Amino acid sequence: MKKLLLIVAVLLTSNVFANSGGAHLEPAQTNIRSKASLQNGAKYFMNYCSGCHSLQYQRYNRMAKDLGLTKDEVKENLIFTDSKFPEHMTNTMDNAQVQEREWFHKAFPKDLTLIAKARGVDWLYNYLKGFYKDSSRPIGWNNTIFKGASMPNALWELQGIQEAKFEEHEDEHGIVTHTFKGFKKVTEGSMSEEEFDETVRDIVNFLDYTAEPARLIRMGMAPWVLFFLVIFTMLAYLLKKNYFKDVH
Amino acid sequence: MASNEVKTTGLLGWFDKRLPVTSMWNDHMAKYYAPKNFNFWYFFGSLALLVLVNQLLTGVWLTMHYKPDAAQAFGLVEYIMRDVPWGWLIRYLHTTGASAFFVVVYLHMFRGLMYGSYKKPRELIWTFGMIIYVALMAEAFMGYVLPWGNMSFWGAKVITQLFGTIPYIGDTLLEGIRGDYNISDATLNRFFALHVVAVPIVLLILVFLHIAALHSVGSNNPDGIEIKKNKDENGIPKDGIPFHPYYSVKDIFGIGMFLIIFLGIVFLKPDMGGLFLEHDNFNIANPGSTPEHIKPVWYFTPFFAILKVVPNPFGGMIVMFSAIIALFLLPWVDRSEVKSIRYRLMPFKLALTAFVTSFVVLGYLGMVSWGAGEKLLAQVLTGVYFLYFVFLFVYTKNEKHKPIPERLTH
Repeated sequence: MKKLLLIVAVLLTSNVFANSGGAHLEPAQTNIRSKASLQNGAKYFMNYCSGCHSLQYQRYNRMAKDLGLTKDEVKENLIFTDSKFPEHMTNTMDNAQVQEREWFHKAFPKDLTLIAKARGVDWLYNYLKGFYKDSSRPIGWNNTIFKGASMPNALWELQGIQEAKFEEHEDEHGIVTHTFKGFKKVTEGSMSEEEFDETVRDIVNFLDYTAEPARLIRMGMAPWVLFFLVIFTMLAYLLKKNYFKDVH
Repeated sequence: MASNEVKTTGLLGWFDKRLPVTSMWNDHMAKYYAPKNFNFWYFFGSLALLVLVNQLLTGVWLTMHYKPDAAQAFGLVEYIMRDVPWGWLIRYLHTTGASAFFVVVYLHMFRGLMYGSYKKPRELIWTFGMIIYVALMAEAFMGYVLPWGNMSFWGAKVITQLFGTIPYIGDTLLEGIRGDYNISDATLNRFFALHVVAVPIVLLILVFLHIAALHSVGSNNPDGIEIKKNKDENGIPKDGIPFHPYYSVKDIFGIGMFLIIFLGIVFLKPDMGGLFLEHDNFNIANPGSTPEHIKPVWYFTPFFAILKVVPNPFGGMIVMFSAIIALFLLPWVDRSEVKSIRYRLMPFKLALTAFVTSFVVLGYLGMVSWGAGEKLLAQVLTGVYFLYFVFLFVYTKNEKHKPIPERLTH
């Protein structure tokens, strides 16, 4: 019984089965309760990501409600297409065009509504920070978390341009492996490193929100549901005890 | 039985003359005598029934908003999660309920192994229970395909492919199961029909038979002694108490404890860090993109590990199904005259511990990718799993045991 409770406790508190992809990931430390962070994330997502990446399951009006924004604020600052306020946050990216013009090696930009659930927030945080200049790649960029990514560094203006330092190891079979040993900034961006980290964290936080808007509701209800159940179960226990007092 | 002596008047009397309401209530609740010493392990039967009802109700509401259409299914699940009022709660109750069903059923089965509840005269109860377990696996497997995520697709592809390895009939069978040459819209449609209509009906009939057989012979208990052997002058077992109100009230307490954990997961961590809702299933089904690591949901992983132990897929399938068939045979494999672990000696206790450990660790191994070490461990544990049945058959021929008391210990 104790063992069972321990297993349940471990499963409840850990992300043992999260998709870490093997590499060591710096924790994103997002906070879905921070409306300021979600609003800032929405702002940067719409300005830097939404041109290519849609949020096809997320509606503008739901986002406005959950992030504490007015209809006018959203219409003026966050809708860049001819979409209406209650509609889904899609864009005009067209796969035929991507294929014909061979954009991004013909890799159609993924819809990102659920990406935080598929990849995990830590992966996204490290991925967005992990772009470096690599002239061997056709697109000129590579990524430490996702080797050979077809996406360029969309946030380079903010982050600046960095190069990655690798250490070469050759094992006894002559197989060379490269171990990542940190970045070297080549060009400064418009943000300091701390500001950039904070911005990326906000974008990831926003994507964590779009992956499951209901999370805000269920997390808010959870304490009340559990409080009710604990009282209910205590009363049920007393009732049971009372019935069983004449069973010997 | 008491059913013949029912004298009721008024509305109830009107009904009793046309349908034996009162006598049914008495036979199965108010005058159904259950052993007075049920412990923690006896909560899981009623909890399984609770989860079944939860799955049926939430399932009905999910079908109101879902269409088994490969082009729409994935988006409709997100529609349920976002636009349908309380849709997120209905869906999480259903997905968490699927995992909870297996948790509860595994603990229910473990109780049976510990206290010998499968033994004479309860062989049929165990057999019906095992068929329920197999039907439940089919139900869960097909339900998992419906959200049309990428793991739905690839999981279905890999598992259905097993049937394709059967000699001679494999190809035809595979095509019949899929309704196509690959997992497709046709597969989704037939899995929906089976998941929503056919298998639930079978499950309900089996649950009815499981309980009917139980109420016919009476419940076992942690002491493994038949309470019907000691009756008072009115023919009531001396160690029995009426199911209602004693166990109906006690089960409410069990339900409370269960719901704290169950709804705790539903409201706080419904994907259980990728264990209940897998990361890869948040990507839409894509025949062109194989997930890095194809694996079934946690409740199938012990059998998945056994499947992977054998290099040949058809051989693996035979061994995997043998692991399930072996469980069916338990009432006849265990030849001992003693039921409960309380009066059995160390060799049995060690064997049962080894068996349960092998099942749990195989479950873990079924989730991770294998190196040489994991493979060897899985091979050894598959051996341990099957050896349990061999050991039990030989050991119980002349099993020594502690003295069994005449009456229940309290």
